[in-house]
Amino acid sequence: MKLECRNICKLYGEGTTASRALDTISFETGEGEFLSVIGPSGCGKSTLLKIIAGLLPPTEGTVTYTGDNPGTPLNSMVFQEHGVFPWMNVIDNVAFGLEMRHVPRKERYAQSMEFLKKVGLASYATRNPHELSVGMRQRIAIARAFVNNPAILLMDEPFGSLDAQTRLILQDELLNIWSEHRKTVIFVTHDIDEAILLGDRVMVMSGSPGKIQEIIDIDFQRPRDLRIESTREFIDIRIRIWNILRAEVGRSIGGDNHGAGN
Amino acid sequence: MVQGTDRARYTVLPLLSLTGILVLWEICGRMGFLNPLFFPVPSRIIASGISMLLDGEMQENLSVTLFRVFAGFLLGTIPGILLGLFMGASERTRLLLDPVVAALYPIPKLAIFPLLMIIFGIGETSRIAAVAIGCFFLVLINSMAGVRNISRVYFEVAENYGASQWQLLTRIILPASLPLIFTGIRLALGTSLIVVVGVEFVSANYGIGAMIWNSWETFEIEKLYVGIFLCALLGLLFTVVLKKAEERITPWFGHQVFPDQE
Ligand SMILES: Nc1ncnc2c1ncn2[C@@H]1O[C@H](COP(=O)(O)OP(=O)(O)O)[C@@H](O)[C@H]1O
Ligand SMILES: [Mg+2]
Repeated sequence: MKLECRNICKLYGEGTTASRALDTISFETGEGEFLSVIGPSGCGKSTLLKIIAGLLPPTEGTVTYTGDNPGTPLNSMVFQEHGVFPWMNVIDNVAFGLEMRHVPRKERYAQSMEFLKKVGLASYATRNPHELSVGMRQRIAIARAFVNNPAILLMDEPFGSLDAQTRLILQDELLNIWSEHRKTVIFVTHDIDEAILLGDRVMVMSGSPGKIQEIIDIDFQRPRDLRIESTREFIDIRIRIWNILRAEVGRSIGGDNHGAGN
Repeated sequence: MVQGTDRARYTVLPLLSLTGILVLWEICGRMGFLNPLFFPVPSRIIASGISMLLDGEMQENLSVTLFRVFAGFLLGTIPGILLGLFMGASERTRLLLDPVVAALYPIPKLAIFPLLMIIFGIGETSRIAAVAIGCFFLVLINSMAGVRNISRVYFEVAENYGASQWQLLTRIILPASLPLIFTGIRLALGTSLIVVVGVEFVSANYGIGAMIWNSWETFEIEKLYVGIFLCALLGLLFTVVLKKAEERITPWFGHQVFPDQE
């Protein structure tokens, strides 16, 4: 399954008070590609994912899915606020997409259990989410998306609220599951290292309005792990991305200071 | 060990204050600080209550009142919850009906009791209707607020995972608004006691309200207090039972209901 975005623009609000969140975003993903998206906070990353997911209508432009996906949903999203339901236990949360598609209980629990094992939560299946840590809840959200078996996975800063160690573990788990299932993934992050470590390509965005600055190919062999972060190439790419982002952040901070009369 | 002292704290301390007041009252009465004509001591009230229990007078009045409370409560609460959920979920319905609710809700339910007697006749129906109307608005307003407070991300998850309208209602809207529905139910039960006693003052031969009123007219002051004690006991019982039910049904409440506030 491939995805193509053409000239996507998004205005929030109407008339003279409308603000432009996205400006002519065009890109496509390859079959089974892992695309990282990085950009400063407020540059429209979540907006873009929601448009791709069909949750928000674009003001202009089109999103096209091509390829065949018999019987499975087009996309499943892992939300920035994870959106794990506190009124359902862990396995019902994971099985939510299957339940919505009327998969019989036994079968959806069996499939969900398989993914709970992959994210290390098998023994928590009948617990309630509020008894679990933030990192565990994020795993529930990830398992919920994977078990739904979508053609394309959309992940919005899934590790944004985690401490560094948990983040490393989950990155590793995510790569493992992904290498097994080879779905097309669009992965939003504000962490440069994470974007490079995970992605086949990194799409670097700038803000107000959200634009694509550059899409960078990442050619490290897979399977990858933390060790690539100390290589020359990795550091070069990181500096390259940082330079794009820094120019951007500098511009917006400079503008703010000017506006405040400093 | 810790659990043991916790349990002691949660059951003993509240009971302590209640019995403390009664004991203090008893002591003051026996030492002659209270006029026994107006303020009989608790032991005499309880003795009077026991004799009413033995000759069946108490059961007769209590059962009539409880019937009115529960019949009115069910008749008011069930449509109140349904309409409240509907108004919370549908902006159009809300815009249409909100002014009506806002205008009718503050009217003291006792104020419309004469009107209810004109409509339903002087009988059980008008009494139950008064209780039902009192419950209806409280649960309606709270259920509506319950739906409107549901975090947006839950709706986005449901939409992204393909929930139908029915699934949205039963798996998201209803459980997510349960905590506030419970608040409405708690207020409604309290109000139904107030309304039923008021209604029984003016229009009934049996019931706790009628019993209190008749004792006043015949100056059987201890019976009057028995009526008040019964009201207090019922109120206490409702509160305890509801709290237990709430802890069972919405154990997540107070935790992570709004995921973005973590
Ligand atoms: N529902 C909305 N209404 C109005 N403005 C919004 C809304 N959602 C986001 N925005 C604005 O659009 C811009 C992009 O937001 P968002 O997509 O959340 O960025 P990111 O995910 O990159 O942090 C921000 O300036 C934000 O304030
Ligand atoms: Mg975002």
